[in-house]
Amino acid sequence: MTSHTYSTRADSAEDDHEAAPRVEVNRDTRRSLPPDPKPIMECDGVDVYYGDFRAVTDVSLGFGHNEITALIGPSGCGKSTLLRSLNRMNDLIVSARVEGSVTFHGQSIYGKDVDPIEVRRRIGMVFQKPNPFPKSIYDNVAYGPRVTGMKVSSMDDLVEEALTKSALWDEVKDKLKDSGLGLSGGQQQRLCIARTIAIRPEVILMDEPCSALDPIATSRIEDLMIELRDEYSIIIVTHNMQQAARVADRTAFFTALAAEGSGDRTGLLVEYDLTTKIFSAPADERTENYISGRFG
Amino acid sequence: MASLGAIATAPLKAKREGDKSAKSIVFMGVLWFTIFFSVLCLGTLLVNAFFDGWTRLDGNLITRYSSTVLPETAGARAAILGSALVIVITAVLAIPLGVAAGVYLEEFADPRRWYNKIIEVNLTNLAAVPAIVYGMLTAGVALSIGLPRRVVLAGAIALALLILPVIIITTREAMRAVPREIREGSLALGATPLQTVWRQTLPSAVPGIATGSIIALSRALGEAAPLLLLGGLVFVSYDPNGLFSGYTVLPIQIYDWVKEPQLAFQQVASAAIILMLGLLLLMNAVAIVIRNRYQKRW
Repeated sequence: MTSHTYSTRADSAEDDHEAAPRVEVNRDTRRSLPPDPKPIMECDGVDVYYGDFRAVTDVSLGFGHNEITALIGPSGCGKSTLLRSLNRMNDLIVSARVEGSVTFHGQSIYGKDVDPIEVRRRIGMVFQKPNPFPKSIYDNVAYGPRVTGMKVSSMDDLVEEALTKSALWDEVKDKLKDSGLGLSGGQQQRLCIARTIAIRPEVILMDEPCSALDPIATSRIEDLMIELRDEYSIIIVTHNMQQAARVADRTAFFTALAAEGSGDRTGLLVEYDLTTKIFSAPADERTENYISGRFG
Repeated sequence: MASLGAIATAPLKAKREGDKSAKSIVFMGVLWFTIFFSVLCLGTLLVNAFFDGWTRLDGNLITRYSSTVLPETAGARAAILGSALVIVITAVLAIPLGVAAGVYLEEFADPRRWYNKIIEVNLTNLAAVPAIVYGMLTAGVALSIGLPRRVVLAGAIALALLILPVIIITTREAMRAVPREIREGSLALGATPLQTVWRQTLPSAVPGIATGSIIALSRALGEAAPLLLLGGLVFVSYDPNGLFSGYTVLPIQIYDWVKEPQLAFQQVASAAIILMLGLLLLMNAVAIVIRNRYQKRW
């Protein structure tokens, strides 16, 4: 893909901070996509509750295969909540409950006989704050394959492959035994991406993956996402509209509205379209107000 | 601009009257006095014990058995070995059980279930129950199952019950200190909750658990009441040699010697107090070193 022109420096740079700044380009213009996605995952009428509080209301959309989908919107609009319901991470919150249907290749991920462990293996997740385990870089990457009992001919090769794909190999190949916590923030986040890639998921969910990183580290993660989309479907929550504009093929705009009959605000999907369309000619006034910086 | 300049050059002197008011001074005085008083008590005890007992801090103290006829050469050999054996058995009984219970309560128990709520409340209460109650409990249970009361195993069970709540609470706190991101990261990679505990949360919590366990064991080491109630022997002139052996421990030995009228017994009691305080200090120091060296900062 053409994105390689922007990531050659990944080979030479020792550290995030030595990388040269780069010009912002809406890379989306380089891709022609059908108006409707060929979905790998679909939400249909999804409501997410925390106890009695409805955090997300009636969301229906499809996430394209080998596409990057961005979920944007103001704080409290439920975009992270929705993302966490896509691989059943919300199961960990005792009061959380999902209604409606979430499907992966047409199978409901909330079905009775569905194992949430298997769901999370197929639909990986990268978190807001880089969270490497207090283990060596090698063990961080090998963790997923080990716990899931993946059959691998050579763990060393798998670790190298995952670190290479996440553009970290050249920086860490001589210190694989060092602690993952010793890396810079941007490197830690790429390590978390490598760790996720190592279990070969089909979808990678990213929950504001760059919000704890400086602009240069952010730009490297964005380059990486573009490279990864050939093999993975990526769904990213971001507070940064420019980031959505730069990397996403499609963008869904959410907002928070007072729910009927109660004072609680609940998240709603306002508009979902190709990123180019959302950022040039949004159909909804609220979207336009948000992306032009009038609120949020 | 002129007014901005005036603001910028205004003095940064703080108004410190708040710290110098009579109320603050009295409060600081009370705080200092309480510290001084606690240190003074400990200091008096140490100095007193040292002056009484330093002549007896010799090889006899650890190599010889106690004696009724020769107080001048009586030693605490049986009590030292008894304490060591009882504490080891206590640790073996209490730590695995306490850690397992703490892990269950923190990671797997549904806090909304009524029985978990009851366990929760009781646990905090149990940690505050007087030690002698555990002695009574053990005596009662031992009687009903036919276990002799005066043996190492019975003493270790009483002490294990005594420190179990502390170990459970410590384990829970150490597990809770492991950030949620680590658990989520593990689960998001397809690990089961059990794998997550075994490979991530528990290893990260080990320094905290070790620290808490050592402090709990040092409490057990200094405890005499439950063992006295169980009828721990005061005069033992043999090494304890198993779970069903008679035994004595340092606090009981000290208690026995202090009761005697002869000066020589008072002196050896003081020597044994120094020895026990030294052991306690050592254990607590080890706990602090473990905490400072291995506890993870997130």
